[in-house]
Amino acid sequence: MPTSVHQLDDGAWLSVNDAREVNVSDLWWLARHDFCSCEMADFLAEGFVEIGVDHPNVEGRIAGQCIDCGESGVTDWLTLGRVVDPDSGRFYAVDTTSVHVPERRRRLARPPE
Amino acid sequence: MPSKVEGWKDEVYGTEIRDHLLQFAEAGWSSIPEDERDAWFERFKWWGLYHQRKGQESYFMMRIGTPNGRLTPEQLRVVGEIAKEYATGPVENPEFGDAYCDWTTRQSIQLHWIQLQDIPDIFEKLEAHDLSTIQACGDSWRNIVGSPVAGRDADEHLNAWPVIQELHEEFKGNDDFSNLPRKWKVSVTGDTRGSGQGDINDLAFEPAVKEIDGEEVKGFNTLVGGGLSRKEERFARDIDVFARPENVADVSAGISALFRDHGDREDRFNARIKFLVDEWGPEKLRSVLQEEYMEYELPTAGENLREQYNYNAGKADEPGDYIGVHEQNDGQYFVGLSVLVGRQSADDVIELADLAEAYGSEMIGLTQRQNLIVADIAEDDLDDFLDEPLLETYSPDPHPFMRGSIACTGTEYCSLSIVETKNRMVRYARWLKENVAVPGGVEDFHIHLSGCTASCAQPQIADISLRGMKTRKDGEPVEAFDIGLGGGLGENPQFADWVEMRVAADEVPGYIDNLLRVYESEREERVVPEEQRGRDGEAVERESFREFIARHEDDELTGMAEPEETSYEDPYLGNTKMTWYPYAEDTEMDAAPTPADD
Ligand code: HEM
Ligand code: SF4
Ligand SMILES: [Zn+2]
Repeated sequence: MPTSVHQLDDGAWLSVNDAREVNVSDLWWLARHDFCSCEMADFLAEGFVEIGVDHPNVEGRIAGQCIDCGESGVTDWLTLGRVVDPDSGRFYAVDTTSVHVPERRRRLARPPE
Repeated sequence: MPSKVEGWKDEVYGTEIRDHLLQFAEAGWSSIPEDERDAWFERFKWWGLYHQRKGQESYFMMRIGTPNGRLTPEQLRVVGEIAKEYATGPVENPEFGDAYCDWTTRQSIQLHWIQLQDIPDIFEKLEAHDLSTIQACGDSWRNIVGSPVAGRDADEHLNAWPVIQELHEEFKGNDDFSNLPRKWKVSVTGDTRGSGQGDINDLAFEPAVKEIDGEEVKGFNTLVGGGLSRKEERFARDIDVFARPENVADVSAGISALFRDHGDREDRFNARIKFLVDEWGPEKLRSVLQEEYMEYELPTAGENLREQYNYNAGKADEPGDYIGVHEQNDGQYFVGLSVLVGRQSADDVIELADLAEAYGSEMIGLTQRQNLIVADIAEDDLDDFLDEPLLETYSPDPHPFMRGSIACTGTEYCSLSIVETKNRMVRYARWLKENVAVPGGVEDFHIHLSGCTASCAQPQIADISLRGMKTRKDGEPVEAFDIGLGGGLGENPQFADWVEMRVAADEVPGYIDNLLRVYESEREERVVPEEQRGRDGEAVERESFREFIARHEDDELTGMAEPEETSYEDPYLGNTKMTWYPYAEDTEMDAAPTPADD
């Protein structure tokens, strides 16, 4: 089945196949980013702004703030998790506490929401 | 391209959601097709049901909209009984027990842990007592706010209650206005206090007078496009339209139709009318309203009464709320009771309803400061009423820190939240009361704590504003707050200046203590000559906290006081959002209850 993704309640959470999967309010380590001038941004996720699927990855741009330097804004595309087996639709979220690399462009299988 | 939510709204929205909701309730939680849950939860909001956050699957927050915050004692009892029977969760809250009601900043009622299968019974009970959850959330006319004591208040320009009733009748369940691009918050105020807080609503009617054909007409000025959310705070803007009381419904219909047709349905982040007012300006809004939506010539604005406003205005010599004993225009009294962070146990709600009834009260009011009013107490009964033991908990004469503290829902139930809110604010207020000397003359000190930038607790309009954040302490993430100072409404409303960022939650009480010491030692005071002394006879006139903040530049305010650890202990410092419920014994997500069915 096609993977269905929504950001809901004003970007409060990411829904994958109608299950609440990723919350705001986690801290993400961002490397090789241009979100702020910190080498590693200590990024507090405050709201999902855009969501898309690039199989098997679910990706998103997140509004928030680097709690180290205080810069706020919207990240480039981050991998939020994977749907490895489209039949079961089961989603595996990334570990937000590991290091993430945002990417500028994505070929999205479906238009961002 | 219209947003996904708009697509769902096109399929089913408005009053028709109810039948579906009741069918799902009948058939049980699992009858909601798994791949339609997001769509149905979005729609259920229109009927006042908001699915609680991750880890609390199948439980709903239920909001009951009470126009003007008014209830009869009997209605209050019904709400208490419903809370007691249905609003109990799997785990108790350590401060509030296992069943409670929240009085909200928009004069509504919130219950938690509501399950789908109980909704038909709850609706039946509510509706038998003329209460409803209709449009309490979702994209339409929300609860209409104003002064609960309209028609009773001695400080009144005109009685706005009939106007509010008319709007409520007209715009609830009205298919022409049931599907707006976003929430639509309306305030109508007829008093001279500014208690409707119109400045922060999408549409506000504020008291005004206008000379028309040589006659002084009492009515309202019209303001559009206020709101606090998302660091995009705006005060509502004057669109230069005067409305007679009998025209408020027409003007409202025009403006909300304009919003329906011209609001942004592609980007929900840009949908509130405050952004349309930014884009168009008040003049264009007025001319489109006049040309496309009105059948008569709109009069220009009248003279407002803002100079008299004191509600949440940060004045040193006037109260900024309804707490305490006030004479009504009929010689009876209304008594404002402080409800810390707006949460009251179901047992206490029922007891208060009984008490109010025993004293012959016909009206209970919910205020925008999350407090309660009991109206219609006879002068002869006043002393007895004030001696009632329940009023020790819900005091008409509370300590300033208990009195002025407001908090939103936070990580306990809300998906957007970053931090724990209500229980923490209770602990802050208690610690401040026990440990901090209140600067002389301060009776009412406003601390508003919101768990995120949605600003449900109206953080930008308080003496001290707290907005949920995170920081690291010894490398570990901890819950924190951005701190703002000096906000308030009144004649010249002002949003807080954000002066300290990411202060760890356990250092906030110490910061407030330090800041109040600075205020007390540095505020300006002036001895008032005897002949100029006002009603209160005060010999010294002191600068209010808000004035004190306004007198300083931003860079003087930053660093004016130090955040500091103190004897205050914070049990919620870790990541309460990662738990399924912050106060459970086993807080791990995996320990969350599985959905209860049928
Ligand atoms: C279960 C989750 C939530 C709870 C319990 C909750 C609670 C509240 C409460 C108590 C109020 C004030 C009263 C009222 O409108 O009657 C409020 C207002 C508000 N809520 Fe929420 N809320 C929740 C989720 C959200 C979400 C997801 C958003 C984001 C869209 C949001 C945005 C707001 C805003 C912006 C205000 C008023 C501020 C203004 O613009 O003037 N809330 N909410
Ligand atoms: S301010 Fe944020 S955390 Fe608080 S209730 Fe509103 S949405 Fe939730
Ligand atoms: Zn940074």
